[in-house]
Amino acid sequence: MKDTEIKRLLSAHIVCVFSIILTTVVPPLFLENFSVLGTHLIWLCICSICVTTVNIILYIILKPNPSSKRISFAHKVTKFLKCCVFFFISCILFHGIIVLYGAPLIESVLETFLFAVLLSTFTTLHCLCMLGPNIQAWIRVFSKNGAMSIWDNSLQITTMCSIVGAWLGAFPIPLDWDRPWQIWPISCSLGATFGYVAGLIIAPLWIYWNRKQLTYKSR
Amino acid sequence: MTGSIPGFIDVIMNLNSPTLLEDNLIWQAKTAGKRIIFYGDDTWVKLFPKHFVEYDGTTSFFVSDYTEVDDNVTRHLDSVLKREDWDILILHYLGLDHIGHLTGPNSPLVGPKLYEMDNILKKIHTSLLSKEGESSLPNLLIVCGDHGMSETGSHGGSSEEEVHTPLLFISSAFEKRSGPLKQPELVQQTDLAATLAIGLGLPISRNSVGNIILSVIEGKTMREQLRFLHLNGFQLSRLLQENMPTYEKDPGFEHFKIAEKSHGNWIKLYLEGNNSEVLLNLGKKVLKQYLEALKILSSSLSKQVAQYDIYSMTVGTVIVLEVLLLLLLSMPKALSNRAEFEVPLSPPLFSLLFYLMCLMLCAVHVIVCTSAENLCYFCSISWLMAVGVMMLISALTCVILSAFGKMLENPKLPAKNPAVSNSSWSELDVLILAGTVGHAVSLGASSFIEEEHQTWYFLINTLCLALCQEICRHYFLVKECDLHLSTAVKQNFDDIEETTQCRNVDIPSCDSKLGKVTSSGQLLKGSEKWMGLASPWIILICCRLLRSLNQTGVQWAHRPDFGHWLTSSEHKAVLSLLAAISLVMIFILVQRRCSLVSKIAMALGLLGVYSYRAAIGNVVFPWQQDSKDISKGIIEARFVYVFVLGIIFTGTKDLLKSQVISADCKTKSIGLWEVYSGLVLLAALIFRPHNLPVLVFCLLIQMIMTRCIWKPLKFDAAQITIMHYWFGQAFFYFQGNSNSIASVDISAGFVGLNNYVEIPAIFLTGFATYAGPLLWAIHLLCYLSSEVSRNSAAIGHGCFCYALICSVPVTVYIILVTGLRYHLFIWSVFSPKLLYEGMHVFITAAVCMFFTAMDQNQSQKIHD
Repeated sequence: MKDTEIKRLLSAHIVCVFSIILTTVVPPLFLENFSVLGTHLIWLCICSICVTTVNIILYIILKPNPSSKRISFAHKVTKFLKCCVFFFISCILFHGIIVLYGAPLIESVLETFLFAVLLSTFTTLHCLCMLGPNIQAWIRVFSKNGAMSIWDNSLQITTMCSIVGAWLGAFPIPLDWDRPWQIWPISCSLGATFGYVAGLIIAPLWIYWNRKQLTYKSR
Repeated sequence: MTGSIPGFIDVIMNLNSPTLLEDNLIWQAKTAGKRIIFYGDDTWVKLFPKHFVEYDGTTSFFVSDYTEVDDNVTRHLDSVLKREDWDILILHYLGLDHIGHLTGPNSPLVGPKLYEMDNILKKIHTSLLSKEGESSLPNLLIVCGDHGMSETGSHGGSSEEEVHTPLLFISSAFEKRSGPLKQPELVQQTDLAATLAIGLGLPISRNSVGNIILSVIEGKTMREQLRFLHLNGFQLSRLLQENMPTYEKDPGFEHFKIAEKSHGNWIKLYLEGNNSEVLLNLGKKVLKQYLEALKILSSSLSKQVAQYDIYSMTVGTVIVLEVLLLLLLSMPKALSNRAEFEVPLSPPLFSLLFYLMCLMLCAVHVIVCTSAENLCYFCSISWLMAVGVMMLISALTCVILSAFGKMLENPKLPAKNPAVSNSSWSELDVLILAGTVGHAVSLGASSFIEEEHQTWYFLINTLCLALCQEICRHYFLVKECDLHLSTAVKQNFDDIEETTQCRNVDIPSCDSKLGKVTSSGQLLKGSEKWMGLASPWIILICCRLLRSLNQTGVQWAHRPDFGHWLTSSEHKAVLSLLAAISLVMIFILVQRRCSLVSKIAMALGLLGVYSYRAAIGNVVFPWQQDSKDISKGIIEARFVYVFVLGIIFTGTKDLLKSQVISADCKTKSIGLWEVYSGLVLLAALIFRPHNLPVLVFCLLIQMIMTRCIWKPLKFDAAQITIMHYWFGQAFFYFQGNSNSIASVDISAGFVGLNNYVEIPAIFLTGFATYAGPLLWAIHLLCYLSSEVSRNSAAIGHGCFCYALICSVPVTVYIILVTGLRYHLFIWSVFSPKLLYEGMHVFITAAVCMFFTAMDQNQSQKIHD
């Protein structure tokens, strides 16, 4: 049972990683002058949209937390709307935190906001797909020892990795190397992306490694 | 004027500028009977007392004034130019420099000032030309700047704009050039002294390493040109002989000898009356030889100045490293419940190892010092001192070894440490450790030193978010965690931001909970909870505001910031309002824990601060919009000093009382707080008015942290100390400081003083620069002494942690700098930082001594 779950998790994560790789490889075929560094904002948009669609498709296919109850269509719509609101709030919140960290308030608002959107896609969207707009579930998952399935564990790991990646990505900015990737927010968004990819790869491996120790409380 | 290259330590010596005793151009001119007149910055008068037949010095430390300093110079000009009784006239115009400091190089004030200077030049030049007919020798007018200006208008760094200045020679002796302007030549600053000495017919000063500027003497005959070059070369080779034992092998010296020989041949030919083309060509060849010799001589002499004294550096590094090791090794013991920090002195002192090491080090010392080629500081100090240092090193080594041995003997000892025994580290501990290590490592990169403020801002931001997470956990998850604690599932580092999100989205559900609970006690707890949850965000917003107040560092220093906007003269009213509000806020925040007398003293003192700022023209009173009388504000500043001393005195009295009569804890904490508020008042006086909000936010953040974060979360003393240290460092940069010398605000040393008095000026400047770290350290003491009831060893822990956390970056930095001593930026980036670190160590030592004094009081009381 557990091994099949881990396999499903691994395959889902590999699809996510491939989608991110595709965002850097495919667009140059259609768009002229496209490069991740040169036209960073376009890449940010493409990457966010791509990761969002892949996540939603995966959620629909895999249904990691299947619920037994039949849910009415209206309920589904309200849930979807709620998710959108949550996503938007998290974008604003990330934007605020980034500005508090020292990003310029008025200049390059678009860059900062798109970076916030990217971070939200890597973290909040993932959580929304898995947990739905359910605050109690969120608190449970992100408190110590709150994970109830391997999906919760993978959620913890990927979220943490992408945020830490973004955090580490800020370090090269003050260096005087004058490289194109030191411009705001390229190093941070690349850091977040690398962190996310690393998290996607680490999560199944870590869970596989610790599968004996991991015991989950039933719901 | 001496033509020598300043050592880096001269930066500190320069603030005082005592009489210049080295051989210099002005002295040479005076002994040659030249009559010198000087108008301008009075630093010159201090440097060369009794050298000028007539002078009028203007003090340069009132940077806000840029018209009077120049008018003071110009008003003498008309009468002096008419007179005939002088040989050299030196004018030093300060206005442009002051404008640069005040408003930067792009200020609208620069244009008119340059126009004014142009007019003055024109006046001098025409007057000199009109005189020329009468006198036999042509006049020379030299225009030069002593330094450039960075993008922010300051100087002292090593950027292109700061170290390149124009140098202009105007004289009728030069041939008239028509046609397009040539690309200006690049000469060294030291070349000017040599050129002037030759031009005036004076001996070149002894320590000058400059080359004569050839284009100045181009108009002379070949014989004279060669003669001048020979003089210059002779002086340089003499200097080389004095400084280098193996001077004969120096390529510059060899070149010079060859050039001298061919010069002799040329003279012979010349005296023979050979006046052909051959002579001219040969002369040109000799000239070229001379120039090359001079160039090599100069560069090898400059290198001589920049040689490292490796032996002394090693000795210093070893001592610092040993002290750090000792601190690290005694960490488990010092952080135990009893907080004892003992150095087992007697057993290592009587061990054989100690004596062997002493003997060995002395032998090494003798060998190194007798074989050393160049000057060595450690060899030049007295023998007794050297032996003392040797003994210190070997004693420290033995102590470390014995401590290490003890640790190996009973490895269970560390388990007693409360911090380690709690086997799982919280995110906060991880962050603190990573931050400390990361900061120390980052000191190896010059950009990270230039932008060190970014590191600190980043760290305290992350710290605030980590605190936010801790608070969330404290208020939301306590019950759940209690249930889960027993399960042995591996702990995950759940994420900072993620939990903050949880907080935000959790508001509605908790509101509904609150609605159900109606008991008043719960409500009170609820308000406390919301205060706690909001406080990290308030602190974050405060930090973000402060960050945009002063842009420091190098890369982004030119960005417009709020501080510059405030100091520009158009926004004087806003600045006045802000200063007034800040002073009121300071009073409100400080008075809550003071006694009545100090409350009144504080209020009067803060009023005095405002009137002082109004007197020197930084701010205005609403009722006197257009009065222009700017004074030095001596009376107002001294009025404030009286209150500062009074408040500190009452505080000390309370402290002594609590020590001698062993009164209750309350007297002591009031005493400490009064000392603290006295320091706050002093800081308010000597901070620039646009920096007063920094002080307000400092007090505000401390208040919020004490009330809403530390009280519920119950951190141990070590964690709180490190947090205080981080915030102190961040506030050092919030004040507008940076790691370059140029950002030190020297004007703080002149508040309330008529002229430069060494001790108070140094003290005040040091306090103004390090106010942030100092205020946080004293606040830490206040907080810890109020925590004594909870943890009796709190102050001891705090003191130990403070010493440790400060010595880690210093030690790492000293080792890094020793390794990087041939780095390109060693003088421009690393050395200033080393000075700052050295000063920081002094201040840390003072703080630790104060801590220990307070702690001893405490332990005595416990014994009673």
